Amino acid sequence: MTSEQLAAGSILYLDNVTVSFDGFKALNNLSFVVAPGEMRAIIGPNGAGKTTMMDVVTGKTRPDEGDILFAGHTDLTKLDEADIAELGIGRKFQKPTVFESHTVRGNLELALKTDRRVFNVLFGATRADEAERIDEILETIRLKDRRASLAANLSHGQKQWLEIGMLLAQEPKLLLVDEPAAGMTDAETAETAVLLREIAKEQSVVVVEHDMTFVRDLGVKVTVLHEGHVLAEGSMDDVSNDDKVIEVYLGR
Amino acid sequence: MSGLLMRSLDRYAVAFFVLLAAVAILVPLANLTLPAGHPLHVSTYAVALVGKYLCYALLALSVDLIWGYVGILSLGHGAFFALGGYAMGMYLMRQIGTRGVYGHPELPDFMVFLDWKELPWFWHGFDQFWFAMIMVVVVPGLLAFVFGWFAFRSRVTGVYLSIITQALTFALMLAFFRNNMGFGGNNGLTDFKDILGFNLQAGTTRAGLFIASAIALGLGFLICRMLVRSRIGQVLIAIRDAESRTRFLGYRVEAYKVFVFTLSAAMAGVAGALYVPQVGIINPSEFAPANSIEVVIWVAVGGRGTLFGPVIGAVLVNYAKTYFTGALPDAWLFALGGLFVFVTLFLPQGIVGAVRQGWGKVSRRKRSGDEPAKPASQAAE
Ligand SMILES: Nc1ncnc2c1ncn2[C@@H]1O[C@H](COP(=O)(O)OP(=O)(O)O)[C@@H](O)[C@H]1O
Ligand SMILES: [Mg+2]
Repeated sequence: MTSEQLAAGSILYLDNVTVSFDGFKALNNLSFVVAPGEMRAIIGPNGAGKTTMMDVVTGKTRPDEGDILFAGHTDLTKLDEADIAELGIGRKFQKPTVFESHTVRGNLELALKTDRRVFNVLFGATRADEAERIDEILETIRLKDRRASLAANLSHGQKQWLEIGMLLAQEPKLLLVDEPAAGMTDAETAETAVLLREIAKEQSVVVVEHDMTFVRDLGVKVTVLHEGHVLAEGSMDDVSNDDKVIEVYLGR
Repeated sequence: MSGLLMRSLDRYAVAFFVLLAAVAILVPLANLTLPAGHPLHVSTYAVALVGKYLCYALLALSVDLIWGYVGILSLGHGAFFALGGYAMGMYLMRQIGTRGVYGHPELPDFMVFLDWKELPWFWHGFDQFWFAMIMVVVVPGLLAFVFGWFAFRSRVTGVYLSIITQALTFALMLAFFRNNMGFGGNNGLTDFKDILGFNLQAGTTRAGLFIASAIALGLGFLICRMLVRSRIGQVLIAIRDAESRTRFLGYRVEAYKVFVFTLSAAMAGVAGALYVPQVGIINPSEFAPANSIEVVIWVAVGGRGTLFGPVIGAVLVNYAKTYFTGALPDAWLFALGGLFVFVTLFLPQGIVGAVRQGWGKVSRRKRSGDEPAKPASQAAE
């Protein structure tokens, strides 16, 4: 396939993306393609460039070189965070980030897909269909009976879920999830894998994760990142038998 | 919209308005109707003093709106206050007419003194009250808009933003000190005679200005309260608590910041405009960087992000200042510094925050045990 064809049939397309910080290449000719509806797991040792990859896709960091296309045609390297979010790319941060002085419900309301321009937000109130949507999401993220709690009072794992819920409220076409299981108990981790699989039925998802059991649980195609480029790609079984991967992961 | 109004008027807000209305009516009444020897008589001096506190309270409110709810620590709001004050001062100067020392029909004394022949272009229109009142909000608002546009779009935040707001007010102070700027140099604008034809020295005029200040404070409070309770207010708090989360949800953070910063500056301008006729002078020292820092201390003392707090803080701290500068003039700056350290260490939520926490404990004890004690909420509103 030519690169045009590859791009045309994709939800996310990265081609030879390079990002350097003071000469250090955090991403080094990184290329990979995610198909619409796909869930992709990205693994790699600390410092491999996983978070930086999310930064360039969501407009936080500008790549020095390379192309990033969304849904086959939109060039993401020219847009800022708000534009990219409006296009339908949601992002969960590595460190769970929710609005601590808002309630769980309030957090979701803010994330709902609505007009976000200042003067249209000014006197808006929550509509009935929005309230219904919030209830659905609360169900999905297992926070139904915490809806009135302040987000500050949630456990670490619950904050992670709330943040995922906020992404759902945003109704993105593509979800980028950075280490969702970090700091979770085993039970929470397993629950999160179930949650993500549910979500992946409706959206394309890219999950960055460290936890190998978690990635195995997801049962999806895996891209292994190392020093800013792709080391291997395939099923979890394939990549864990790959010599280069073994060297990077186990040879250290 | 009316739903929002109702949500904004809970019993605390109503209590605030009742108290403010009582002050607005009783203070001038006690000044005008009771004889000077009467124990409840309020002197004209005291009316002007409390009137000044009301203007400071409005200024503190404007700072709370952006610092308490959006997390932007402006150390330059004194500049917007002073600009509003100068706009009012220019109107009052033009009202002097031929009654100045030099008796020039058009030029204020200081321009005659500088041997200027005609009114600079930017003084035109200020003989009209309505025009001056528009400028009171437009000039600070426009400056804040332009400043905010550049600062927030370049993502200047935190300490850096605070520093450039200090630089802004400092630069304006230096500019206004210059005689050829056309604002009276270091003497500023003073010797005002009347406003809308009413003698500024008359007790009734002072009462009118006092009431106007109370109304402005009440309106400012209502606007802030409606804003922070509206959906936009929820976005503002979100920006304060997790700016990048807000951005990645698709909110154009800089647009929200510019909007609130501009609104806040316009409010500060109104406060300055009401302040000037009550104190009788506006000069470049109002731009002094220390003034803007003092406002932040009022807000911190009263309780940031509460709207009630800054009003309380402004009145209390300024009352203390009046007392100290009378009794122990040299001690004031030490007292102020000490107060700030004390509040930062022991009352991080200010007076209002401490009262709320104390109240929360009491009411929890009353309901003893039937509910697990929740951690004290840090919620601002
Ligand atoms: N803003 C930055 N400035 C300098 N170096 C950075 C910056 N962001 C990331 N890096 C570096 O880039 C490399 C990749 O980081 P990151 O993408 O966070 O890795 P990962 O998420 O895979 O652990 C690391 O070596 C990190 O130190
Ligand atoms: Mg990372």
